[in-house]
Amino acid sequence: MKKHHLFAALVLTLLSLGATNTFAKELVIYSARNEQLIKPLFDAYTKETGTEISFITDKAGPLLQRLKSEGKNTRADLLITVDAGNLWHAAREGVLQPVESIILQANILVHLRDPGNQWFGLSLRARTIVYSTERVKPADLSTYEELGAPQWKDRLLLRTSKKVYNQSLVAMLIAEHGEDGAEQVIRSWVANLAAKPFSNDTKMMQAILAGQGDVGIVNTYYFGRLLKKNPELKLALFWPNQKSTGVHVNISGAGVTRYAKHTEAAIKFLEWLSSEKAQNLFADGNMEYPVNQSVATHPDVAAWGDFKASKQNLAIAGQLQNSAIRLMDRADYR
Amino acid sequence: MQQSEDTTTEASSRGFSHLIPHPSGWQCFTLIIALLVFIPLSILAFAWLEPAWDIWRHLQETLLSRLLLNTLTLVVGVSTGTLLLGISLAWLTGACEFPGRKHFSWALLLPLAMPTYVLAFVSLGIFDFSGPVQTQLRAWFGRNIWFPDMRSAGGVILVMTLALYPYVYLLTRNAFRTQGKRALEAAESLGCTPVGGFFRVVLPMARPWIAGGVTLVMMEALADFGAVSIFNYDTFTTAIYKTWFGFFSLPAAAQLSSLLVAMVFLLVALEQRLRKRMRFAQSRLAPQADRVQLTGTCRWLATGYCSLILSIAFLLPSLQLFRWSLNVFHEEFDSRYLGLLGHSLLLALIAAVVITAVALLLSYAGRRHSDRLTHALIRTATLGYALPGTVLAVGIFIPLAWLDNLMIDLAHNLFGIDIPQLLQGTVLIMIVAYTIRFMAAGFKSIDSSMHRVTTNIDEASRLMGLRGIKLLARVHLPMLRGGIFTALTLAFVDVMKEMPITLMTRPFGWDTLAVKIFELTSEGEWERAALPALTLLLCGLVPIVLLMRETDK
Repeated sequence: MKKHHLFAALVLTLLSLGATNTFAKELVIYSARNEQLIKPLFDAYTKETGTEISFITDKAGPLLQRLKSEGKNTRADLLITVDAGNLWHAAREGVLQPVESIILQANILVHLRDPGNQWFGLSLRARTIVYSTERVKPADLSTYEELGAPQWKDRLLLRTSKKVYNQSLVAMLIAEHGEDGAEQVIRSWVANLAAKPFSNDTKMMQAILAGQGDVGIVNTYYFGRLLKKNPELKLALFWPNQKSTGVHVNISGAGVTRYAKHTEAAIKFLEWLSSEKAQNLFADGNMEYPVNQSVATHPDVAAWGDFKASKQNLAIAGQLQNSAIRLMDRADYR
Repeated sequence: MQQSEDTTTEASSRGFSHLIPHPSGWQCFTLIIALLVFIPLSILAFAWLEPAWDIWRHLQETLLSRLLLNTLTLVVGVSTGTLLLGISLAWLTGACEFPGRKHFSWALLLPLAMPTYVLAFVSLGIFDFSGPVQTQLRAWFGRNIWFPDMRSAGGVILVMTLALYPYVYLLTRNAFRTQGKRALEAAESLGCTPVGGFFRVVLPMARPWIAGGVTLVMMEALADFGAVSIFNYDTFTTAIYKTWFGFFSLPAAAQLSSLLVAMVFLLVALEQRLRKRMRFAQSRLAPQADRVQLTGTCRWLATGYCSLILSIAFLLPSLQLFRWSLNVFHEEFDSRYLGLLGHSLLLALIAAVVITAVALLLSYAGRRHSDRLTHALIRTATLGYALPGTVLAVGIFIPLAWLDNLMIDLAHNLFGIDIPQLLQGTVLIMIVAYTIRFMAAGFKSIDSSMHRVTTNIDEASRLMGLRGIKLLARVHLPMLRGGIFTALTLAFVDVMKEMPITLMTRPFGWDTLAVKIFELTSEGEWERAALPALTLLLCGLVPIVLLMRETDK
């Protein structure tokens, strides 16, 4: 019957839609770093080397699940995510493979990559203190832990504990103080909150500007973006824990998938990403710090000042993430 | 109108069962659709094979009671809110006459095109502490001026009510428009006051439509992640995501989700039970009943009320989106937007047609077979609407990847050829996934209209020699027109707004407007997301306006 032909044709068309352009690509990437931040790098690489890249963006969780379900038949060669915790979990779930590359080891600082060489940091951001320049003297600030002191009662603003950046920060606190010590810090923060935790860093900074609170904790690039829009911003960054462990830093990074079909190409691309040119693109695109020490920080970012960064290996963020979340739940940090 | 007991249905359905070419065909079809939904659901159920007791214990010690309370508050609040708004607006525009009624009648549907997460971030942008309203108030009245806390249960209920009331409004309006004044007059002739008549006759008669609408709302509220996370309001859904993305325990997340499904199954069963013993049919089909003429202050109160709702649910947020879009237009807009737009429209269009067709057949199957099994299957087929999108997406993806891997292995082992993945990353799979997700939206719209088609009509048609497909095409379809257009619109708009399934199943390069919004908002770039959000909104308006023109004929 004709109807059946029509139906079959429709199904075939739908099947073929989208399927055609996925063959013959030279590099396939799953990325949890957003399109607007990552595509310029892909474009630059394609222009330079002629390597065609196709990619899919999604959250880290679904991408990881996707890799697991696809198993050895996955098309993905490279997994890019933000936050070291996500990378650590990807490695633990067995979807990445170790990469021995002298270039990567030389370019990327040792605490910003996996001790087992399964993932590598590609850009660096600090999670630091932001304060109102109208109502806070930087001299009053000292450490993350001190934000729980009585002088910040009803002045502290935080982002939700559901965000992985805060989970990693608390994981680092646990590594320093142990669970009980870290829980005391978190409880003292919660007691000082001037408003319920915010859903994102930008909203939190806007609340400080509006006077809802005076200090908070942000990722540096969110501050940078706000500053770019408004150079007169009445906010400034403060680098805490300079006499002790240093500022908490986190990465966006990548790893070659275990069943990559284009392993060589993926490693080459990773190496390129750690090179000077790509590192500059990273910083320009999102106002982040390079992971390659021989690359100069972008002047706009460098203008926020030098700081001593924590040298703890970021794998800790993954190992202690579970404890960190439970701790924050117990402390009623929402 | 008549409202009769169900006792005759059994007999009459047996009576004309010989009319259907393949009596079991309907049931087979229902079974297939139910299976499609059942597979991802059972993937969730399988997670119970390894219960994540330590996570459950942790939740029970810390969050669980608050989560349950919050979720309950949200669902009760939003359904109450949407009932109040939806029914009152539907009655005013459907059965009354007041200045501007004609325009409000369609304009009040516009918020349907506004994704809940967009309304959430725009409302917070305007009304939160750092937003322009409170800032201005502080400038006028000093720092200590009191303003209700937006980021609270009340705030999130308000926003979701404003975003979701059109579901109740749309379905209920269909009922009121055709009952109109006549029902009220009948009640008054029996000695009811107008108010009493409304509550004792008009509302009960509109029950299937109202129930259909509010069930959709409840399912949306239970499954919502976008809006509640913008408000940082912890619900069952946020816990599911946290368990998955934070504890990296998909089994525990699936276990939590399966409880959500159980709740919704009960909800849907309850709805069906509530109206099981009723038949809602019209004695004669009048396209437009007389309207109640509002007089005096009432007229203007009605106009004012409709304007107020329209403004805060649609005009104000749209203006804000427009303003933000202007700010970012030069840096954000490029030729890629055409591609995003094209993908969004194409996917939504195909999916809407498929969903509506399947919903029509399901509803028909339910009509033909009143046995328990068929109805349980139909219930199952609509459950996808209640799951958090990402969870459903995984439930779909896991068996899909398994099937693909199986085919690849088979091809390799049996024929020695290497084939790529055939299903993953194809538009066909996206359409199937959307159908699983949004079946309820299509089904509820059509099924409530289906109650209008009485068995008498079938009998009469049979006497005139119409049967099978002809009966459907010549008699039923024209009567179901309104329901079908409603289903098409709801499905189209829902698919346009959909995020997680699109993210997980799209082919390489098939980004849509919703994907773009995801990319921008997940990094907190709300203002830049205004451009795709506004485009999405405008696209959603097209079918809504078409629907209004269609049903207002």
